[in-house]
Amino acid sequence: MKRTIFVGALTVAGLAAGVASAATLDDVKARGTLNCGVATGVPGFAAPDANGEWQGFDVAVCRAVAAAVLGDPSAVSFTPTTGQTRFTALASGEVDMLARNTTWTFSRDTDLKFDFVGVNYYDGQGFMIPKALGVSSAKELDGATVCIQTGTTTELNLADYFRINNLSYEPVPVETNAEAQQQYLAGACDVYTTDASGLAATRATFETPADHILLPEIISKEPLGPLVRHGDNEWGDIVMWTLNALVAAEELGVTSANVGELSATPTSNPEINRLLGTEGELGGMIGLSNDWAKNAIMANGNYGEIFEKNIGENTPIGLTRGLNAQWTNGGLLYSPPFR
Amino acid sequence: MSDLHAQTVAYVRDTMLPEAEPPLTERGAIKWLRENLLSGWVNAILTVVSLYLIYWVLAHIGPWFVNSIWVADSLDECRQIRDAVNNGEPSACFAVITERWQQLLYGFYPSHLYWRPNLAFVLLFVALAPILFDNLPRKLMWFSLLYPFIAFWLVWGGSIWMPVSVLAGLMIAIAAFGIMARFSSLIGVIAAFAAPVIWWLFLAAPVADAVHSLIPIGIETANSKQIGGFMISVIIGLAGIVLSLPIGVVLALGRQSDLFIVKTICIGFIEFIRGVPLITLLFTASLLLNYFLPPGTNFDIVLRVIIMVTLFASAYMAETIRGGLAALPKGQYEAADSLGLDYWKAQRLIIMPQALKISIPGIVNTFIGLFKDTTLVIFIGIFDMLGLTNSIRASTDWNGVYWELFIFVALVFWICCFSMSQYSQWLERKLQTEHR
Repeated sequence: MKRTIFVGALTVAGLAAGVASAATLDDVKARGTLNCGVATGVPGFAAPDANGEWQGFDVAVCRAVAAAVLGDPSAVSFTPTTGQTRFTALASGEVDMLARNTTWTFSRDTDLKFDFVGVNYYDGQGFMIPKALGVSSAKELDGATVCIQTGTTTELNLADYFRINNLSYEPVPVETNAEAQQQYLAGACDVYTTDASGLAATRATFETPADHILLPEIISKEPLGPLVRHGDNEWGDIVMWTLNALVAAEELGVTSANVGELSATPTSNPEINRLLGTEGELGGMIGLSNDWAKNAIMANGNYGEIFEKNIGENTPIGLTRGLNAQWTNGGLLYSPPFR
Repeated sequence: MSDLHAQTVAYVRDTMLPEAEPPLTERGAIKWLRENLLSGWVNAILTVVSLYLIYWVLAHIGPWFVNSIWVADSLDECRQIRDAVNNGEPSACFAVITERWQQLLYGFYPSHLYWRPNLAFVLLFVALAPILFDNLPRKLMWFSLLYPFIAFWLVWGGSIWMPVSVLAGLMIAIAAFGIMARFSSLIGVIAAFAAPVIWWLFLAAPVADAVHSLIPIGIETANSKQIGGFMISVIIGLAGIVLSLPIGVVLALGRQSDLFIVKTICIGFIEFIRGVPLITLLFTASLLLNYFLPPGTNFDIVLRVIIMVTLFASAYMAETIRGGLAALPKGQYEAADSLGLDYWKAQRLIIMPQALKISIPGIVNTFIGLFKDTTLVIFIGIFDMLGLTNSIRASTDWNGVYWELFIFVALVFWICCFSMSQYSQWLERKLQTEHR
């Protein structure tokens, strides 16, 4: 009985929160800053630099949205969230959106009452092994000791994968990525498994990265994307189409270098014109000014530029585009048309 | 000596032997060594083993420290310098501290405003001095009372009328007590609590805004999200320490009270808080309150954490002080009664001074524990020093640096906690009144 009342109270409070913040766009405009929830520190995705400025791949999404809505990519107030606090921060209205390498899953989208507005990074669970082990496929890992972070989906994925392939393994449970790194380098486990982007970032910090390889098998789907509260579709649209604008800009060849020039006068490509607001009234349809996409692209460049700057092959993290290439290049990035 | 032997003794020496040095094994360093390190074969073996262990540890850590690299832009550069200059010997990369020490101390506080927390920190010692050392002029106490408001204003900035308006709440409390106590002292006490609460909740902010619009005096605002690092530990730790001691005293007295409701509430509170981990209370502060408070309420996260930490520490403090009260002989209570002192006077003049003195080690223990517990805020996304080590590692430049950051954090905490411990030992010696 008491439990019911408690849950009821929570629900009422939750509903009240939902009603009061129905017009997130108005709140953001009135406040003059976007409250964006980010991770407390994931290499390449979100981290404060020496001046306390947040940098990273997820951070760039926040900045693009701020630029689209407020015209200023620096008008973002970053709220660092942990794995535990992220969803409450969003549900309670403490942040307007979450860009925190969060996997899009069924229950998060439905049961937790959030809306994932897209995918900004297609990740998947991979394996890292020392080259000296002489293994070239995860199928050869029978009997291996595996460093694995406890309480994560990666732990479950690992168990599934080894069962499906009829392999045995011995888990070495670790708490954090830092601990895993130490254990792996000390030889306490043969294999370290986590999201492939995390493995690449970890490997980049090793003294001799070349001595370690990532196995080709990716054993799970981890679509990471920004999310907003359920129930405010106007706001969800804005975040979704800002992300789409970044992707479409890359497809259309609009970069931070030429966006100023392309948006000055209408070009011969009508889709670029509609995107950059020199033709049509797309901005007005989502309650923004017509140069919203131009501002978003000017903030950090298009999707490809953001990728290259933060996690691409020329950074220490050195991720290849892989699944995150444009659909025209065999990847999964596919923005709906701007029409 | 009897005369009997006068003729039987052939020779009696009548001058003293010159004073001789003690034997070599009974003086100086050798004596010390023999007594302290080699006083038996078991101890001798233990000494040799310990010396070897110490040597082994130093031999491994020493060169790493000696080869420290203090200037580099990234861990990679550190490694290059190590290979070029130190021939690849293990070297600490303290360059990360050189680059990020300001962030570790101040969090994301705007760098052109560093002077404000610095000033607040210096004034802290001015404010603490009259409390810690009783041979200073008592008038300094007024500054100590004002200090929390000054520090708040310096750190958070904004309009000066906000701290003034909060301070006015205290004046209102005193005034309310003065007026209402004429009717009954109980009504006076109730008014003294209720009036300032009403003032703070409903009137303080609008009044401050109104005055500010008339006479704008203010400095640049810094918000709670910008405060971090060592600064947040000091703010939370200090606020917790200062508030938990009086609350703890009240709770300890309440627990010993004969009044049923007071006693039950105190026991319930203490046992509930002591039965719950601090991290649970912090999660309550950061997550649950968000659901219960009306939407749009801007209840500062740092304030929420301070409240929770204070509640937590005061429960422990209450039990520490209850230990001191229990250790007092019954005769002291009876002596106070026989002097005709009422309850509060007896507590103030006889019981508390002795009970608190007995509890000093326990109280300081709680203080130190509380200060170190402030690192737990990392779990609710507030960047204290430990949290910042994590986010510093998340930058691609410094990914992979562990020990150097942890050593720095440990050193800063050690300095603070060791100072507290040394002060408490000094205080204990000073208050030592037993006759031995």
